[in-house]
Amino acid sequence: MLHLTCPNCGITADETDLHCDGQAHIARSGIDANDDELENYLFMRHNPKGVHFERWRHVYGCGKWFNAARCTTTLEVFGTYSAQTTTPPKSLLNKIKKKRPEWEGFIK
Amino acid sequence: MSRYSAFAIAKNALSYHQGWERAWAKPEMKKEYDAVIVGAGGHGLATAYYLGKNYGITNVAILEKGWLGGGNTGRNTTIIRSNYLQDSSAAIYEKARSLYETMSQDLNYNVMFSPRGVMMLAQTEAEIRGYKRTAHANKLQGVKTEYIGPQKVKQLCPIIELSGPRFPVLGALWQPRGGTARHDAVAWGYARACSDMGMDIIQQCEVTAVTQSNGKVSGLQTTKGSLKCKKLGIVVAGNSGHLADMAGFRLPLESVSLQALVSEPIKPCMDVVVMANTVHGYMSQSDKGEMVIGGGTDGFNNYTQRGSFHHLEETVRALIETFPMVSRLKMLRHWGGIVDVTGDRSPIISTTPLSGCFINCGWGTGGFKAIPGSGWAMAELMAKGEQIGLAAEFGLNRFQQGRFIDESVAAGVAH
Repeated sequence: MLHLTCPNCGITADETDLHCDGQAHIARSGIDANDDELENYLFMRHNPKGVHFERWRHVYGCGKWFNAARCTTTLEVFGTYSAQTTTPPKSLLNKIKKKRPEWEGFIK
Repeated sequence: MSRYSAFAIAKNALSYHQGWERAWAKPEMKKEYDAVIVGAGGHGLATAYYLGKNYGITNVAILEKGWLGGGNTGRNTTIIRSNYLQDSSAAIYEKARSLYETMSQDLNYNVMFSPRGVMMLAQTEAEIRGYKRTAHANKLQGVKTEYIGPQKVKQLCPIIELSGPRFPVLGALWQPRGGTARHDAVAWGYARACSDMGMDIIQQCEVTAVTQSNGKVSGLQTTKGSLKCKKLGIVVAGNSGHLADMAGFRLPLESVSLQALVSEPIKPCMDVVVMANTVHGYMSQSDKGEMVIGGGTDGFNNYTQRGSFHHLEETVRALIETFPMVSRLKMLRHWGGIVDVTGDRSPIISTTPLSGCFINCGWGTGGFKAIPGSGWAMAELMAKGEQIGLAAEFGLNRFQQGRFIDESVAAGVAH
């Protein structure tokens, strides 16, 4: 079972207290978006074998959203951070890069 | 290929069964093929088989990074049904179901297709309306299903508890010609037939790069060397995103884990397949007597082929409500498979931005039942290079065009 630390309330919660809502940092398309941009926003997803940035909600806890960096092949959690950001924090990216030198880095 | 028959068994018995030939050859990879299929699971092998049988294309290689039939083909709960709501899904799943009816004869390989009947329980008012609607739709599509009341449910499956603690059984959508088949035999049967047509099945050969020239696919780099090909079919389920990356396009897919489990063998107690989508579990009894059980997918992207324990607990809880007699059964095996899920819960059988490259993926949690129909449609797509026939509606561009084949509502959860 996954254990994630909610950066909002500081509690380390079991997976059963949390809900995953897929890929993080997807920029919303504006009303002037063309078909390609809208398709990208609505449907296209990173589906990496490896490091994945995703949105989680502490549903049976503080109820707030946060982001997590997790490996999809080992289920290792690299860290969690505030959802109020458009890119993952530098320190977390460096930490992942150190653990996974072959990782290509964060792609928006 | 020597044919399997009662006579062949008698003949081989005389030589103490030492004379059986290999079911499929173990060839060296050639330098060039007309078509290459990546992925020797059910869908990949069926694609190759119908390329040869329907279109006479036999200079084909099927590459597999593990062993054939070792992915989701060997990890599913073997349910076959075609009671879908949307016309394009009903067409491809019914084609598949009808091909299963004669598959053992066509392939000369016993796939143990058992049309024992599949029922999907209605346990809420909404489900009653939903399944009646599906039954009407199926009538128009020529798929034989019927909506039945609780007494008929009890008669068909006596071990069921009609007045469950949370959700009573109010009725069911019944497909009498749905059922199960031996999943490994489907892969093995297709592999034997493909090998007999002269196709090369190369196992333990992982694709590392897709080579292209002028926007057209020209070949592959693999762990067993490089090869050239005119047409490429990617049929790799959970790993589709990975292969699409190599071919340079994106997919609207997410890979998640789906778990299943099997009990100790018990005496025959149910001769139908029962799916309970509201409480979320489904069960059938195998020929060996084991209860084969499946549930829902895990909630996050996962490539590990194992899942979360609490999802299993939900499934088991649902089944104990529905079948109280299974409460003391011991479970023997439990496993997970990686399923690739699309936004509308329908598959993608499509041309791609890379010319000559075709993709068949997104079968999500319900691919086994579709194997022959999927292969049939993919072979037509690859042979003619156009989005026509059974695959017509399943193109990659349907998301951009808003033409969803929305089975996430129609199929409830268990798909």
